[in-house]
Amino acid sequence: MDLFTNLALGFETAFTLQNLLYCLIGCVLGTLIGVLPGLGPIATIAMLLPATYALPPIAALIMLAGIYYGSQYGGSTTAILLNIPGETSSVVTAIDGYQMARNGRAGVALFTAGTASFFAGCVATLILAAFAAPLSQLAFKFGPAEYFSLMVLGLIGAVVLASGSLIKAIGMIILGLLMGLIGTDVNSGVSRYAFDIPELSDGIGFVAVAMGVFGFAEIMGNLEKTGDDEGFLNKLTTMVPTKTDIKRMIPSILRGTTIGSILGILPGGGAALAAFGAYSVEKKSSKYSHEFGKGAIEGVAGPESANNAAAQTSFIPLLTLGIPPNAVMALMVGAMTIHNIQPGPQVMTSNPALFWGLIASMWIGNVMLILLNLPLIGIWVKLLKIPYRFLYPAILVFCCIGVYTVNNTVFDVYVTAAFGLIGYLFFKLGCEPPPLLLGFVLGPMMEENFRRALLLSRGDFTTFLTRPLSLGLLIAAALLVVIVALPAVKKTREEAFVED
Amino acid sequence: MKIRNQRDFGAGIMYMVIGLFFAIVARQYQYGTAAKMGPGYFPFWLGVLMALIGLLVLVRSYGAKAAIESIPKFRWRIIAQITGAVILYGLLLPKMGFLVAVVVLVFVSASASKEFTWKGTTINAAFLVTFTYSVFVVGLKLQFPLLPFFLQQ
Repeated sequence: MDLFTNLALGFETAFTLQNLLYCLIGCVLGTLIGVLPGLGPIATIAMLLPATYALPPIAALIMLAGIYYGSQYGGSTTAILLNIPGETSSVVTAIDGYQMARNGRAGVALFTAGTASFFAGCVATLILAAFAAPLSQLAFKFGPAEYFSLMVLGLIGAVVLASGSLIKAIGMIILGLLMGLIGTDVNSGVSRYAFDIPELSDGIGFVAVAMGVFGFAEIMGNLEKTGDDEGFLNKLTTMVPTKTDIKRMIPSILRGTTIGSILGILPGGGAALAAFGAYSVEKKSSKYSHEFGKGAIEGVAGPESANNAAAQTSFIPLLTLGIPPNAVMALMVGAMTIHNIQPGPQVMTSNPALFWGLIASMWIGNVMLILLNLPLIGIWVKLLKIPYRFLYPAILVFCCIGVYTVNNTVFDVYVTAAFGLIGYLFFKLGCEPPPLLLGFVLGPMMEENFRRALLLSRGDFTTFLTRPLSLGLLIAAALLVVIVALPAVKKTREEAFVED
Repeated sequence: MKIRNQRDFGAGIMYMVIGLFFAIVARQYQYGTAAKMGPGYFPFWLGVLMALIGLLVLVRSYGAKAAIESIPKFRWRIIAQITGAVILYGLLLPKMGFLVAVVVLVFVSASASKEFTWKGTTINAAFLVTFTYSVFVVGLKLQFPLLPFFLQQ
């Protein structure tokens, strides 16, 4: 079967010494930032993008991917031991994981989180491998109208599923789209919104926007919080689960993996949403529902498998359609374009070693992560003690060095500073930045496909509605908005985002 | 009428200003027709859409159902120290070199923390300079002006 030859190629690529090394670096970094609160995958990947210039494309992508799924492992450690979720996707793990730790079962909770993540990661990698080929075949049938409608669906999906205020998030998307248009228009050669500043003729740097809004602005926001109260660090206990533990966690892991895999593929899905979804399913379906909030093992197993599965399957839309489903994947688009790879269905045919190598590396990465996380947990726990006052100057230093090296100009450093201020304003006004980043990446692509679609239809706007695939995608987008507006859904949705 | 949600009110104003700005500037570029769009077509309508969304957010901030929220205070000292540290880095790097710029960046930004100590920051700065120098300059061979201009050959 094709799948096996492809996977064989993938493992052949991933098993070179260099790629294994970068996979390991990615996983270690991912675990590290997962453990450190106040530093998330978006900021880290943005910080490291410039450093990947020097690497071959495959090594760069393997490392960046490792950071993302690795952070899902690391985030649970702090959630369980300290009740501080290292990542937003571990917020729900903290609920029952921390209670388990208080009951003297920290080791079992960590073991559960690790195995759940590992199982889910492996399954999701297989799903990714199996679905990639048929989906990218479908993508070849797409014309500009379909691509435009798909991006509309993707962007709508991103805000519907993943943010608080719907209308404000749509505003952020449009702002991102507009910012993406800054620079030279490829069709006419006209420089737009550059105001004769030569550095702007190539557009605003992607790295500068991401670092400013997610790195600098977050630091300023974090510094405002009064007194970082030292949480109670639970002692590590035995990791060996009892028979009942195993019996109770297996169905939860299976359910969590399924939920996570599905929610990961959806636009706007991703790890955090999957974890929330899995937790509520576990709570509703479990016969131990009275134990939830007091240390139920299902409350760790379900969300932890879901967030890892979703982190992995969210690569599917990126790799097959070239459309990033969330902000981290938008950064991966940035990484691919840095290396002159146009994300989309053609990657698989034109660059099979890269495509399958990346997928294979994810499986290898999961093995590395479970080894990194379970036996070596003690080291990560020590890292928890690094205070934020040492951490944030380091983040600033890495950002400043990184953004300078993109074009070797300090202009980009100032742009990043400006976006830090803009991001801070967003934070104060309650506008969430991830949709902005998605819009920013998709802006030029969206305009291009919009123009081409209308050129082909000779200016007839109904082209988006008369082509069946395009119509279907637009209907799906409209349905999403309608569903969210339903009172019952609106209420649960608001509850889910209360945490933010 | 009273503004119930000040954050939404502010966001609405911001969206409207940005949307109108993009739409008005887009008028300078050739508009074209739907079949043959000029560079001004897409940004103009996006800008208009953005302004409309801003208006909607603004109107809803007065609504009887809007949550009562006020805009949290801006902490100007923190803003100035963090942003200032970054701008200083940008100013110092070309003339004074990588080492000076990084050290200044660490000290100025670290002073924004309430738990700032000279000793801790010195150790942190020394660590970061060594680490970044070995990773970025020695390891990845990225090009930086390293030493201040008066020490260069």
